Amino acid sequence: MDFSEQFPIVIQSLSIGFLQTLKLFGITLLGAIPLGLIISFGSMSKFKPLSAVVRVIVWIVRGTPLMLQLLIIYFFPGLVFKNPIWGGGEEGRFIASAVAFILNYACYFSEIYRGGIQGVPHGQQEAGMVLGLSKSQIFFRITLLQMVKRIIPPMSNEIITLVKDTSLARIIALQEVIWAGQAFLKGTQGISGVIWPLFFTGVYYLAFSGLLTLLFNFIEKKLGFFKA
Amino acid sequence: MAILKVRRLQKSFGRTKVLRNINFSLEKGEVLSIIGSSGSGKTTLLRCLNSLEFADSGEIIVNGETIFDGGDPGQKRSEKALREKRLHFGLVFQSFNLFPQYTVLDNITLAPKLLKKGTDEEIKKTALELIESVGLKDKVNNYPGELSGGQQQRVAIARALALHPAILCFDEPTSALDPELTGEVLKVIKGLAEKHMTMIIVTHEMTFAHDVSDKIIFMDNGVIAEEGAPEILENPQSERLRAFLTSF
Repeated sequence: MDFSEQFPIVIQSLSIGFLQTLKLFGITLLGAIPLGLIISFGSMSKFKPLSAVVRVIVWIVRGTPLMLQLLIIYFFPGLVFKNPIWGGGEEGRFIASAVAFILNYACYFSEIYRGGIQGVPHGQQEAGMVLGLSKSQIFFRITLLQMVKRIIPPMSNEIITLVKDTSLARIIALQEVIWAGQAFLKGTQGISGVIWPLFFTGVYYLAFSGLLTLLFNFIEKKLGFFKA
Repeated sequence: MAILKVRRLQKSFGRTKVLRNINFSLEKGEVLSIIGSSGSGKTTLLRCLNSLEFADSGEIIVNGETIFDGGDPGQKRSEKALREKRLHFGLVFQSFNLFPQYTVLDNITLAPKLLKKGTDEEIKKTALELIESVGLKDKVNNYPGELSGGQQQRVAIARALALHPAILCFDEPTSALDPELTGEVLKVIKGLAEKHMTMIIVTHEMTFAHDVSDKIIFMDNGVIAEEGAPEILENPQSERLRAFLTSF
């Protein structure tokens, strides 16, 4: 099979893999962005036992490799409780991956949010208070946008890291784009011993992270109308 | 009847007594300046009036209505009750605290609109009048970041006035400003005094306090060490005020 015959086969296979990558990326953001906010409120709670517990969890999750967390979350229920809750197959691996990624990224996001919330000067809240506004009016109409502006640069960093971190799910054989590229090393669909599909997976990552960079630049520009 | 009565107000932070037995009253239309060195309790007193802090004991009475009673543990501290109490006062901060994401106009109209103090057109009309009265007609659509400190502070004054507070408080309104910008802010405050706005001004500008006030309170170490007509600045009775004034 020459290159022109291989190419469409490889592209199709990589695209299916990348779709799984995108799915994991999207689900992770969907879960981790709100969960991170809850965790950040927990870590800032005035109720000391709660904030202590939350901070320990954040410390553990941020202090250990995501790959380790993936392995433990995937294998622990089956091996320890004899209850493989994730089920076998690609769907089970995806759910386990999503749980690990959401937990991991929520902890990182929570620290970014905390910095963003605490970075808005207290005087902004007080100005809202003396104008007779309610706590929720102060949060939504005054603090929120200033917080968003502050967290956009660190969030864009984390989110671009997430694009590439999704490849860690390869460790539990989730069929994402690198898994798909690697398959052509050993041989699949009549193609074997070629390395270029693996290189080509990089193109997918580059294109997607490039797109995200443009998106974040756009958002930063949009929020550039005020200084905070 | 006095518009404001403060009785036996006490406040500690931990072991530090910041306010010890503060008593004073203010008539409608009067301007009171509070002077004293840093840490003497001036700002804490203003913050207690505005319910940003709560005194440990004592009373604050506005227009005959007790808005704070340290002897009544059951008093309403619900958010709603607090918000209503705060609206008796306006507060202009040392650091302006304008909302950076809103234009000058929106800074002023935000609270009146959220509190439904009139129709949008009425609120906008009042806001534009206020902006003109502080001399910033050409900055209506600018953002705070585009203004000088003096201009920002004038917007902050307009923002506080938009809610028609009974008493307008200033917490060192010119301390964060370059000397050449203090004049324009003091002029606005003076204009308000001429219109008999009831005001309490914490300030280090002695000449200004002398010229604009009906009454001066000198605070030292949490107590009112001397109070009286502005003339006490020329002719202090207490040793402490004399010592304080010579430091200027």
